[in-house]
Amino acid sequence: MMAYTKRIDGRDFKELRPMEAKVGVIPRADGSAYFKIGGTAAYAAVYGPRTSFPRFLQNPKSGVLRCTYTMMPFSGAGDRVRPGPNRRSKEISMVTEKALIPVLDLEDFPNSVIDVFISLPETDAGSRCAGITAAALALADAGIPMKDFVSAVALGRVDDKLVVDLCYDEEAYEGGPVADIPIAMTQRSKEITLLQMDGEISKKDLLKLVELAKDATDKIHEKQVSALKEKFLREGFKNDN
Amino acid sequence: MSEIKVENKQVVIPGEELASGLDFVPSGAAFRENEKIFSKRVGLTSIDGRVIKVIPLAGAYVPNTNDVIIGKISDILLSGWRINLFSAYDGVLNIKDAVNEFIRKGEDLTKFFEIGDWVVTKVTNVTSQKLVDLSTRGPGLRKLDQGRILRVSPYKVPRIIGKQGSMVNMIKDNTNTQITVGQNGVIWISGEPEMEVVVGELIKTIEENSHTSGLTERVKGLLEKKLGKEIKV
Repeated sequence: MMAYTKRIDGRDFKELRPMEAKVGVIPRADGSAYFKIGGTAAYAAVYGPRTSFPRFLQNPKSGVLRCTYTMMPFSGAGDRVRPGPNRRSKEISMVTEKALIPVLDLEDFPNSVIDVFISLPETDAGSRCAGITAAALALADAGIPMKDFVSAVALGRVDDKLVVDLCYDEEAYEGGPVADIPIAMTQRSKEITLLQMDGEISKKDLLKLVELAKDATDKIHEKQVSALKEKFLREGFKNDN
Repeated sequence: MSEIKVENKQVVIPGEELASGLDFVPSGAAFRENEKIFSKRVGLTSIDGRVIKVIPLAGAYVPNTNDVIIGKISDILLSGWRINLFSAYDGVLNIKDAVNEFIRKGEDLTKFFEIGDWVVTKVTNVTSQKLVDLSTRGPGLRKLDQGRILRVSPYKVPRIIGKQGSMVNMIKDNTNTQITVGQNGVIWISGEPEMEVVVGELIKTIEENSHTSGLTERVKGLLEKKLGKEIKV
């Protein structure tokens, strides 16, 4: 059997797919962002903080983050994706919340909710990571206090190679074992806020991937920073006033 | 060694390092973590001696005591009105802070303020749980019964008002309109209908170019063009 010597799309094993980021793409939202990595694109729109309904979700000590992940019907490679919540999207919404909440500082917004709606018009693996990356940007754009930034990327193993930012064809590789590991990290402290795995991998390789994730999230963070600053510089904030 | 990592009036983002060392003091949306100072919001830096301040550039309106704001009556309560402040939190206007005359128990409160009415009110108190008390007693505080309402980002309100009201006064005087700018970003305009439209356009221009220099001059030029005559400031 052929070993995995060259990546399907010709990238280097540690290379990310081409990225594109934009902030302030949805005019009526309080904050919004677009993040595209390869064939996976995510829009995130933030509304709030606003009064929390249903009321039982209110927390009198802090604001609540509520994320909703949805793939658009035409986003996949084949069949129409049925819109609305399903087992998978509910799980991803939940892990997205947990990936973002550690950096947010919502003490000043008791009893309120911050809604984050993530929609994916195109998906080619790594959609939860693109969603988290876009959501972090949109939250910053909405002026929500955040003590640190979050960036996310999927890493894994295809046959005997460790790879960064898998595309769908790699995830579905049949010539050998595959592991797909989405990781979200805080920027300054490099703490892991999301780590899931589909497949199997040795402990040694997993530790190597966590190290690789630090470099990869650094690169994504650079893209986030320039997109965010670009929006506010566009509005004319620059060394005058 | 203490060191500042940013310039004055620079755009910073959440998590960005502003300074290291214990010689500096964080203020506004800046915070200290161990030896370093970071920003927790998108904002502009303002460095004054040892104080590093971050002035937020985006976010929802947060009610503050003594703010004059424009809200919309959203509900009628047992002894007052609930008012939508276009913030995460509603405010409550109590009868005693709104009306002078004696009101009998069970009287119909809609004869003072009806659901959907717009009012200029002042925030008198905000609790830790963000319960907001309002008042309509004071100069300029009243129900609005004509004109039109516009909404802008609350962070652009200072620019619309200008230094000591220079911007808003220039617009008011030359268009013969009445304008009230609420700290929550709700703006009320009243005058000749054509002039209301002109003012609306000017405010939109200010909002879109809120932090460019020479804004007053630019708005003056635009106003002259719209009115077709020269104006004095």
